[in-house]
Amino acid sequence: MGKFNVLEHELVPEHYLVSEDEEEEILKQLGVKKEQLPKIKKSDAVLRVLERKYGHIPVGSLIKIVRKSPTAGRIVVYRVVVRD
Amino acid sequence: MMKRAFGLTKRINSIKFALLSPEEIRKMSAVKVITADTYDDDGFPIEKGLMDLHMGVIEPGLRCKTCGGKVDECPGHFGHIELAMPVIHVGFVKNIKNYLDATCRECGRIKLKDDEIEIYKQKIEEAKKMGASPIQLLLINKKIIDEAASRPICPHCGAEQKKITLDKPTTFREEGRKLTPKEIRERLEKIPDEDLPLLGINPETARPEWMVLTVLPVPPVNVRPTITLETGERSEDDLTHKLVDIIRINQRLRENRDSGAPQLIIEDLWELLQYHVTTYFDNQTSGIPPARHRSGRPLKTLVQRLKGKEGRFRSNLSGKRVNFSSRTVISPEPFLSINEVGVPEAAARELTVPIAVTAHNIEKMREIVRRGPHPQGDKYIPGANYVIRNDGRRIKITERNAEDVAKKLEIGWIVERHLTNGDIVLFNRQPSLHRMSMMGHLVRVLPDRTFRFNLAVCPPYNADFDGDEMNLHVLQSEEARAEAKILMLVQEHILSPRFGGPIIGGLHDHITAMFLLTYQNPKFSREEALHILSYLNYDKLPEPHRDENGNEFYYGKDLFSLILPKGLNMEFKSKICDPTVCNHKCVYEKCPIDAYVIIRDGKLIAGTIDENAIGSMKGKLLDRIAKMGSDIARKFIDDLTRLAIGVISYRGFTSGIDDEDIPEEALIQIHEIIQESIKKADELIELYKQGLLQPAPGRSLEETLEMEIMRVLAHARDEAGKIASRHLGLENPSVIMARSGARASMLNLSQMAGSIGQQSVRGQRLHRGYQDRTLPHFKRGDLGAKARGFVESSYKKGLSPTEYFFHSMGGREGLVDTAVRTSRSGYMQRRLINALEDLKVDEDRKVVDTAGNVVQFLYGEDGVDPTRSSGGENINMEEVLTEVLGEKYLLRRRK
Ligand SMILES: [Mg+2]
Ligand SMILES: [Zn+2]
Ligand SMILES: [Zn+2]
Ligand SMILES: [Zn+2]
Repeated sequence: MGKFNVLEHELVPEHYLVSEDEEEEILKQLGVKKEQLPKIKKSDAVLRVLERKYGHIPVGSLIKIVRKSPTAGRIVVYRVVVRD
Repeated sequence: MMKRAFGLTKRINSIKFALLSPEEIRKMSAVKVITADTYDDDGFPIEKGLMDLHMGVIEPGLRCKTCGGKVDECPGHFGHIELAMPVIHVGFVKNIKNYLDATCRECGRIKLKDDEIEIYKQKIEEAKKMGASPIQLLLINKKIIDEAASRPICPHCGAEQKKITLDKPTTFREEGRKLTPKEIRERLEKIPDEDLPLLGINPETARPEWMVLTVLPVPPVNVRPTITLETGERSEDDLTHKLVDIIRINQRLRENRDSGAPQLIIEDLWELLQYHVTTYFDNQTSGIPPARHRSGRPLKTLVQRLKGKEGRFRSNLSGKRVNFSSRTVISPEPFLSINEVGVPEAAARELTVPIAVTAHNIEKMREIVRRGPHPQGDKYIPGANYVIRNDGRRIKITERNAEDVAKKLEIGWIVERHLTNGDIVLFNRQPSLHRMSMMGHLVRVLPDRTFRFNLAVCPPYNADFDGDEMNLHVLQSEEARAEAKILMLVQEHILSPRFGGPIIGGLHDHITAMFLLTYQNPKFSREEALHILSYLNYDKLPEPHRDENGNEFYYGKDLFSLILPKGLNMEFKSKICDPTVCNHKCVYEKCPIDAYVIIRDGKLIAGTIDENAIGSMKGKLLDRIAKMGSDIARKFIDDLTRLAIGVISYRGFTSGIDDEDIPEEALIQIHEIIQESIKKADELIELYKQGLLQPAPGRSLEETLEMEIMRVLAHARDEAGKIASRHLGLENPSVIMARSGARASMLNLSQMAGSIGQQSVRGQRLHRGYQDRTLPHFKRGDLGAKARGFVESSYKKGLSPTEYFFHSMGGREGLVDTAVRTSRSGYMQRRLINALEDLKVDEDRKVVDTAGNVVQFLYGEDGVDPTRSSGGENINMEEVLTEVLGEKYLLRRRK
């Protein structure tokens, strides 16, 4: 049996690792510094699944989350990986 | 002139909390207080007493003996009391307990091995480097303390530890034996500085033994001033009273200790001293009776000064009293625009607007100043109360000096002139639960003593006129006035951000009047039409129709169309629509009850204007017009309310209890239906008793029975209502109000005419009261309708005694519910506001906190301002299509 993948659960939104090249542009577009973004812990179950796909994800990486929204349908939000 | 600072001038970097050491308390003390007396017989402060002049002055004429300042110059200085025996500081009992638990009773070391100490110290350091919050650090300390407290033997000296318990509020016991504060202090003294960081103490700023007091600071007299009553009687502050108690007991304790009194007496006095010091800090400490004033009122001591709604924080720091404000009873005035507020002349003459004198207005300002503070004459004209000169000096204008001051007036001075028509002010009604609770209004100075406004503005303030009072604030700067006019004016708040629909609109009589004006399109003679339209600012009558005799007349719908904006096209169902009339197949303009509204190019073609068109919160027509712009919307609502008053006061409209008269046969019929239902309920009970009742899925037999009975009885009430309704037609004033949505509902009417129906508490039939029965009038275990709160009578007929009692039970629940709901939601609101007050939407619609941290990447995730939305939606396709395609779309939409 394969490992359990939280991303496949209905209640867990889509998560992607943002590549380093894109990072700068996204931050510029949002007009914020990285520390001002919401956070996601390094130990988050989703990150463990993402590491299987992308390899090691260092602290400070940007995670893109696409989730359902009752007002907007689909929205994109970003979180920065922090140590726990 | 006031200096204005924009942006941040200072930013708090950090706050350090520390403890006062006994030496520090002595060092900052201006006097050692030794007598409990305050003033001598001449009323002069006694030296070394609680009002010693070294601690500051509160009486004019005297000088402070510490700094030499007079009353307003001296800030006050602390004194101190040397305690004969140490006492515990109530604010720190929890800390003391922790420290006693975590350290060795013999050697004072923390009960952790050296290597553990090292690990924990590193952990704390690391957390600090990571920028951990004080709360996170506290959690680490708590963990360390718990770990150390669990060791039964000291890892340093090997001493066996004893269990320490805390007897609230301040008594510590070690295996039952009482520990005196002195012993506790000695133990805390033994804890070495190196171990303190593990306990959450910074040894550079605090020592644990300082939590046991040996010296008590006495606050400056400015903090606890003596009140002199009109009778010349002096009355001391509660804090002073408490300090008197402390000094008295302290003295007795010292005398007894020095004269070698029995241990028992000393212990008693010591405990009494502890009590007084404890209540001096917090007079609501649980476990001890609060210290009381001679009158029996509990004293307000230090904690009481800070805590709660009336405490320093909420009452003096978060909220302040303001000038240029007024408060009075409100009353309605339909001839004011929704943007206006009627201000009584007396208030207008007190409230002032500062006007800078310039080359352009100096003559006008001279004239205003010349009028003085009380201009005479029939018509209200503004005068002025003060002028402020260039040097900042404020001159009061009196009748005497008015002429003089007016002459001297110079450019650059400021004239504080009376409020006058057209000034913008803020108007507010508490509780201020949403932003529409405080809106900008334009002043209209009126006679009499109440604030007045248009009735359409009641819903946003949640105001009525049963004695409600409201507050009015006069803006003092040009910027504030501009902001108020652009952002806060009533017309900018017609659409509520709560649901994206109109919150300001027609209500009660407005709806009734519009119904009367438009339902079945009544005819009005020229005189009638003129009278009605005289309430509006229209100088031209529409083109008249002519009847068979050649007399001119006007249709009600045409009169209504006068106030509609041009180019408006829409269709919707009226509130009075009853699908049974047309067999659930709407016939639109041919509707027999005129319940389908059709508007073409701002003309009402068909349908009745009622709550669904103009009601606040529900009005579809209002909603559309509100979105055409605030000026158009304001004009429409102003016209609507005036037209409504015109119609209803011309025609007259009265409701009485005889509205609910129904024929004798109907009453008999209702009675029969109810009797039948009661019988049906009895049959169900019989079935249940015989065990023949089938339980509904997922329910017990009893629940099933209750459900069935409720269903049968509810059906009975509905049937009774239906019969009553049959005799209550649309010519009946009560029915007009209920059906048009003006006030009340058909249910209310059927309860008056037919039957009130089942009373309930918590959604169940009444069942409590006496043993196995609701009232002693019934047999025990009676499950029948009448025994369980079914009220057969109507309000009109009157209730039987048992019915009356049941009705009160049901009514009580409603009252309790609202009382509980308001207090609970008030607290929830407070917490929500405290959590969200600093969030803002920035330039690119992100929601951020004060530090710029992102809370939401786009406001509401869709970036939509609900006040500019259609019921919260971005775009209302219906509106867009109607706008573009006009009638073509509206006709196609019908299918
Ligand atoms: Mg009221
Ligand atoms: Zn002084
Ligand atoms: Zn030890
Ligand atoms: Zn119809």
